Amino acid sequence: MKFETVIGLEVHVELSTESKIFCGCSTEFGAPPNTNTCPICLGHPGTLPVLNRRAVEYAIKAALALNCEIADWTYFARKNYFYPDLPKAYQTSQDDHPIGSNGWVEINVNGKKKRIGITRVHLEEDAGKLIHSEDGSESLVDYNRVGVPLIEIVSEPDLRSPDEAYAYLEKIKAIMLYTEVSDVKMEQGSLRCDANISLRPVGSTHFGTKTELKNLNSFRGVKQALEYEQKRQREVLESGGKIVQQTLRWLMHEGKAVVMRTKEEADDYRYFPEPDLVELKIDADWKKQIADTIPELPDARRDRYKESYGLSDYDAGLLTVTPEIAQFFDDTVKEGAEPKAAANWIARDLIAYLKTGDYALEDIKVTPKNLSDMTKLIQKGTISSKIAKQVFQELLKHGGDPETIVRERGWIQISDEGELREIVRSVIEAHPQSVVDFKNGKDRALGFMVGQVMKKTRGKANPQLVNQLILEEIGS
Amino acid sequence: MKLTKEQLEKLADISRFSLAEEEKELFLEQINQMIQLAEKLQEVNTEGVQPTIMGMPIANRMREDKRRPSVAREKVLACASDHKDGMFRVPAIFEE
Amino acid sequence: MSLLQLPLREIHKRMTDGSLSALDLTKASLARIEEVDSKVRAFITVDGERALKEAKALDDQLAGKTESYGPLAGLPVGIKDNISTESVRTTAGSKHLSNYTPIYDATVVKRLRDAQTISVGKLNMDELAMGSSSETSFFHPTYNPWDLSRVPGGSSGGSAAAVAAGEVYFSLGTDTGGSIRQPAAFCGVVGLKPTYGRVSRYGLIAFASSLDQIGPLTKNVEDAAYVLQAIAGYDPMDSTSSEKKVPDYLAALSKDIKGIRIAIPKEMMGEGIQSGVRKRVEEAINVLEGLGAICEEVTLPHLEYAVATYYVISSAEASSNLARLDGIRYGMRVDGKDLIDMYKRTRGEGIGKEVKRRTLFGTLALSSDFYDKFYRKAQQVRTLIRQDYEKLFQQYDVIVGPTSPVTAFRIGERIEDPLTMYLNDICTVPVNLAGLPAISVPCGLADGLPVGLQIIGRAFDEATVLQVAHAYELQAKSLPQPSLEVREDEV
Repeated sequence: MKFETVIGLEVHVELSTESKIFCGCSTEFGAPPNTNTCPICLGHPGTLPVLNRRAVEYAIKAALALNCEIADWTYFARKNYFYPDLPKAYQTSQDDHPIGSNGWVEINVNGKKKRIGITRVHLEEDAGKLIHSEDGSESLVDYNRVGVPLIEIVSEPDLRSPDEAYAYLEKIKAIMLYTEVSDVKMEQGSLRCDANISLRPVGSTHFGTKTELKNLNSFRGVKQALEYEQKRQREVLESGGKIVQQTLRWLMHEGKAVVMRTKEEADDYRYFPEPDLVELKIDADWKKQIADTIPELPDARRDRYKESYGLSDYDAGLLTVTPEIAQFFDDTVKEGAEPKAAANWIARDLIAYLKTGDYALEDIKVTPKNLSDMTKLIQKGTISSKIAKQVFQELLKHGGDPETIVRERGWIQISDEGELREIVRSVIEAHPQSVVDFKNGKDRALGFMVGQVMKKTRGKANPQLVNQLILEEIGS
Repeated sequence: MKLTKEQLEKLADISRFSLAEEEKELFLEQINQMIQLAEKLQEVNTEGVQPTIMGMPIANRMREDKRRPSVAREKVLACASDHKDGMFRVPAIFEE
Repeated sequence: MSLLQLPLREIHKRMTDGSLSALDLTKASLARIEEVDSKVRAFITVDGERALKEAKALDDQLAGKTESYGPLAGLPVGIKDNISTESVRTTAGSKHLSNYTPIYDATVVKRLRDAQTISVGKLNMDELAMGSSSETSFFHPTYNPWDLSRVPGGSSGGSAAAVAAGEVYFSLGTDTGGSIRQPAAFCGVVGLKPTYGRVSRYGLIAFASSLDQIGPLTKNVEDAAYVLQAIAGYDPMDSTSSEKKVPDYLAALSKDIKGIRIAIPKEMMGEGIQSGVRKRVEEAINVLEGLGAICEEVTLPHLEYAVATYYVISSAEASSNLARLDGIRYGMRVDGKDLIDMYKRTRGEGIGKEVKRRTLFGTLALSSDFYDKFYRKAQQVRTLIRQDYEKLFQQYDVIVGPTSPVTAFRIGERIEDPLTMYLNDICTVPVNLAGLPAISVPCGLADGLPVGLQIIGRAFDEATVLQVAHAYELQAKSLPQPSLEVREDEV
């Protein structure tokens, strides 16, 4: 039997407000334990929450960017359960009236576009952090994170493969970055993800029994865990077994998932309206004000790049993953660079370089003007594209004016015909066999001779000219 | 409806109370009285009646996103019965 | 006569002319506490040293400019022990919090300090404000100054008894279902529950968040108006506090009540009401009519469901509000073999029966199987009760009736019978469900025990409530001083 995989993701995104959702404590990451706390976020008896306006606006903004309908009336609800990281023993969250619902995002996997539904986007508060002792005898609680505003984005079970899940996460991340509601740093926990996965026979309309995967600490982790669980479930089903509804913890280093708990019945969180807060009304004016702050989103920007500049879907996609890169590209074009050339340099060399050191754009020195100037030097023939690679490395590390770099390093392309003809002749003399080979139809021999010329000129020779001169000299 | 002892014990579990046997006996009777009292509400026709979900019928009470100083950690920890390394200490947690 | 028996204006006059100091008043209060509190047991914590220091500091600060004293300056006050006081132990009458010292002040505590009053200590109460007798306090019962064998009412029993016994000039209580008004009635003092949202709840250890309000217990209506003036008004720390302007409550007192329309719900004057209580209330209504008020009998159709509605909603909210008492960040902890065991022992041993029972019932009412049947249903009936009142207030200015169907009962008499105790809340709980302001004013004695007249007003119309109460009070015979003894039954 052939099986189809069904995946739904619950993504939690910390909103990058200055202060917490219900009190004035800082949301800054990495402060010493329990230094960003006060009686309110610690749930001291008698304290009350007061809602942070920016948290609401960010949630609305994110929901709008995820194509959600925005509730015109909503309220907060208490989700009741005991856990040491939850000071009030309830999480202030939302129940049956989330801020956003019925949204969607578009993903693109292997050139195939697909819409993934978003069930809901709601606003809630984060919990604290538990540090477990190595011997398991005790745990320590740090409440700095308690009350950092979160949105929970719940997808429809529309994802059909781990690759789609990965693409979905990338898209969510991009949208959060574009709307600037979160810095989306998974390693700092500002984006977290739980996944539900089940399998069903192809053609079936019922869902199979699902398992829930937790502790997915990176996008890659999400994909690997889903691949692992997909394979496990398939093996169970193929051998005639049954899937047990369970929550699994993904162990990244061991590459496997272990059972956290088996659900016999659903948790009863006894949600009820939070009486310490008042209702929230979101009227058309407020919604519009917020909508007006949403910049061009990744999909729109990608389409614009394709249409205006003739970029490939792939390149346009790469350029629009983060708003910073896209902006860098736009600025480079604005500086006069030919768009396709600029796209190439950014989508290939620049992004590759960022990945080598996990750098952010702000960590590197090159400016859009630098890159634009460099592409102009190539266009003018001042440098070869081979030399340009070296120039660009220099720019990435130190920045600077490309023309000066080229001049100081003596990297200006040799386009002097007389000078190059001399070198070509000497190469032909030194490699008579190559000439014979070429005449016998081995095109590769020509390439070899060009290479020899480039070697002698340390890459500075104008390759087109060298090509032309060789052909002339061997008289073909 | 009538609450059974098992249901009472489950409620106590959820509420995180250890109950003495005599408390269980007492509560079973008294909570059943409360349930009986609450059952009276079924007499009321509430079709189409909006529930009152908040004490104050107002909307959109919000503060600006401004930081206020947090409280000194020593002060916060001094309230707790057990702490270590600037954190609150709790016993081992076993997943249910 | 003790200094604390002087009228407020007289005290203010002497304060401003320099013939009386905050220190004198505080000393008088502490002396009275020393003298009678071993009998009344109104206090959980008396902080004399601190009070004297504060009084001295106030005197020093205003030395030479005593004319700038506010109307409440120097008055020694008591605070119910579920209101947070920074660096003064705040127990809410619970074993769990018996060693809890808050790191912040409630807004009302700040406002009373701004009004230059001196807090002498924290007053006894039913544990976490659940109860109508102050017997569920972890510490000790409080005894009714009119008869020490009887309860002072609850949950603000300490607040009412301390004022009745002259230990403090006035006190603050909290009212979720009658917890200011019923003890005020039992102890023969004035108790005012403001409109929900009129006084900040920030720092009030929550019992039922959608019902709780803080208010004053005083010797007379005028004092209540002064205290309300000092504590009312918007607080940015409480999202549910109202931004409505606070009117001049004192100005309202001088108006007569000719032509004021008064509704008397017949359900509040019926069978369940003790005959002595009914008689006093009827006499009070006659007095109001004599003053030119127009009194008419009306009906509150959903009143009979108010107690059930109240117990479902308040218990549900309480089950969530009190879950934070887990022994981790504050409060007592009882160690256990693992986390869950620690939770259960801590809460099992730190929290008393009344609170546990309501928490268990509240947990049930919110559980998915019973949510619609109990919690949501109660919220709907709450709407109907609110609407009953709204309808009445289209035609009437205030609603009048007894505060409690009974007078103070004996200690131990009802503690094993919670249902009867709950049903006695019939006159007070609907007012909280509707969020309305209400006052209890003494209206004479029945069998030697005080009876309270309840006056309920429109939301945010404390002024009219105070006006009617004050007009009545001026006409009514004032009560004698309570005996501070065990009263022998008259045969």
